[in-house]
Amino acid sequence: MDLLLDGFQTALTPENLLFAALGVLLGTAVGVLPGIGPAMTLALLLPVTYSVGADSAIIMFAGIYYGGMYGGSTTSILLNTPGESSSVITAIEGNKMAKAGRAAQALATAAIGSFVAGSIATVLLWIVTPQVADIVVTLGSPSYFALMVLALFAVTAVLGASKLRGFIGLFLGLAIGLVGTSTGQARLTFGEPLLADGIDIVVVAVALFAIGEALWVAAHLRRKPLEIIPVGQPWMSREDWGRSWKPWLRGTAFGFPFGALPAGGAELPTFLSYATEKKLSKHPEEFGRGAIEGVAGPEAANNASAAGTLVPLLALGLPTTATAAIMLVALQGYGFQTGPTLMDDHPDLVWGLLASLFVANALLLVLNLPMAPLWAKLLRIPRPYLYAGILFFASLGAYSVNFQAFDLALLLVIGVLGFFMRRFGIPVLPLIIGVILGPKLEEQLTTALKISQGDVSTLWSEPVAVVVYVVMALLLVAMAVAGLRRPAAAEHSPAADADDTDEKELVER
Amino acid sequence: MTTPDLDRPGSRVVDKAQYGLAAFLVLAGGYVLVDAAGLEDGFADQPVQPYTIPYVVGGVLALLGVLLAVATARGDRPEAEEGEDVDLTQGTDVRTVGLLALVLVANIALIDVLGWAITGALLFAGSAVVLGSRSWVRDLAVGVALSVGSWYGFYVGLGIPIPAGILDGVL
Repeated sequence: MDLLLDGFQTALTPENLLFAALGVLLGTAVGVLPGIGPAMTLALLLPVTYSVGADSAIIMFAGIYYGGMYGGSTTSILLNTPGESSSVITAIEGNKMAKAGRAAQALATAAIGSFVAGSIATVLLWIVTPQVADIVVTLGSPSYFALMVLALFAVTAVLGASKLRGFIGLFLGLAIGLVGTSTGQARLTFGEPLLADGIDIVVVAVALFAIGEALWVAAHLRRKPLEIIPVGQPWMSREDWGRSWKPWLRGTAFGFPFGALPAGGAELPTFLSYATEKKLSKHPEEFGRGAIEGVAGPEAANNASAAGTLVPLLALGLPTTATAAIMLVALQGYGFQTGPTLMDDHPDLVWGLLASLFVANALLLVLNLPMAPLWAKLLRIPRPYLYAGILFFASLGAYSVNFQAFDLALLLVIGVLGFFMRRFGIPVLPLIIGVILGPKLEEQLTTALKISQGDVSTLWSEPVAVVVYVVMALLLVAMAVAGLRRPAAAEHSPAADADDTDEKELVER
Repeated sequence: MTTPDLDRPGSRVVDKAQYGLAAFLVLAGGYVLVDAAGLEDGFADQPVQPYTIPYVVGGVLALLGVLLAVATARGDRPEAEEGEDVDLTQGTDVRTVGLLALVLVANIALIDVLGWAITGALLFAGSAVVLGSRSWVRDLAVGVALSVGSWYGFYVGLGIPIPAGILDGVL
């Protein structure tokens, strides 16, 4: 508790409040831009945060994090095209509301819902994270190894649409993660001394998200302008409030636990929340035509799950979403050793971050409700300038890591890889997580076998490890059964199947 | 490895380009294997040999390439990524992508000589023109403002001097 108060003390100094506000504004401004999701927002703005002190950087980063997410949902509501899979639902119902002249209410319920969910989820984080961390420090390398394998497996096989493509992404990432001399011998360095330290993850992330996206959009640039719905001041009537508050709370209840599992992700809880609201609503006929519950619930679920992903991130050093992956990179960039010992080694940092999240979330509401019409104007930025700007800032970000032209060449090569991944429908998330976790996986395996003096059975000698392997086996069986039962529709994760196909139809309509 | 989703009866149009990706995966996997074969045994305190994981990764990559080729032949087609500004109803605009890549290559080739303040401006203006902007004077002006602005932003605001290239002493 004292630590939390200390955290607030750090977060609430005037200077750091300024950084938080700056982060929220920057994050929203960049996140609103079409084609830029929260993960890309973080990746592009990461170099900016490197330059200030660690605690200010973390506070600013928390602001960018929430700002980027809010910006993304604004875009989904005002243009009918989700930037990422977790805002698919927001795009469906929100855009229908906007078209029916209720853009202001849609933005309001999204913003206030995100705030409510974010606040509750942050409080849950305060309670859950230390307890998880206490359990986690008692675990040995075999358990970490198992948990990492589970995270990789879940992100790859459970979340994605096509499992084959998920594994292609994952193993490409693991191969990139091999580059370097961490084992004492040069692996996959092509004799290039600049590759001895491995490929900087910032370069990989910026290349995949920014360069890959810009090239991909350039190949398919929409020549006719999108219809943008004008928006005034967001507000809600008493009836809207009455219809929104329960979905907010239910969405939060769905989102947080799913995010906190080491196999998190925001897709499932948003779909579940949407399906639940549709069932419970007194106005089921409005769903698909702009029901406010259909925006309120999924938006809350999305935000709560995003906060939930911080549990495995902070307690275990396991990222399960692209956004969390960039966050891990950021923490490492500030010079912190992420992983199970982070909570013990740097309690001030962790609690500073947890307090900042709360502050940033509140600032987001205060700043963004009045500024919504301004953000909507950003959607009109000419596309050549938008994507030229993305290339410019991506290059600057990659260059500023070491000031080497070589990093820019890497950026281009991996960017081209990102282009082809989009072309062939290979998900980016497993690749990023593979690059990050691959080397750690090898490290934990080495530690475990060193202690057991090469006896492989040590890998299943801890109860947690055994449980994790059983869970993975069950997932495999469930996937196989689902695949046999409905071979034609088996390309979705089993649990999301029913809703998922539902949504696809809605999107196409 | 589960591959029940490979079957999608009804669609018999084969995405031939996907064979290219499959070949790339096999080649990449093969390269990882060859690279791993060239590694020596680790030190006595390395229970995991330096080549163990590369063997696994390379082998699986090659296997995935083969699986993808099989799936492609059976009519599996990728779901290309959607986006706010993406219009998938038209084919790939190879010319724009190629020119953009050229702009990026030019930036890489020139940055050490000319410095970021110049190449950054060219990068922005070049990309904007390639992407369809018609007023290249304004593009260049915006580009110069961005690159010089970011140079001073890094130098004054963050205290990081970006190498200035031939403008050393001018900026």
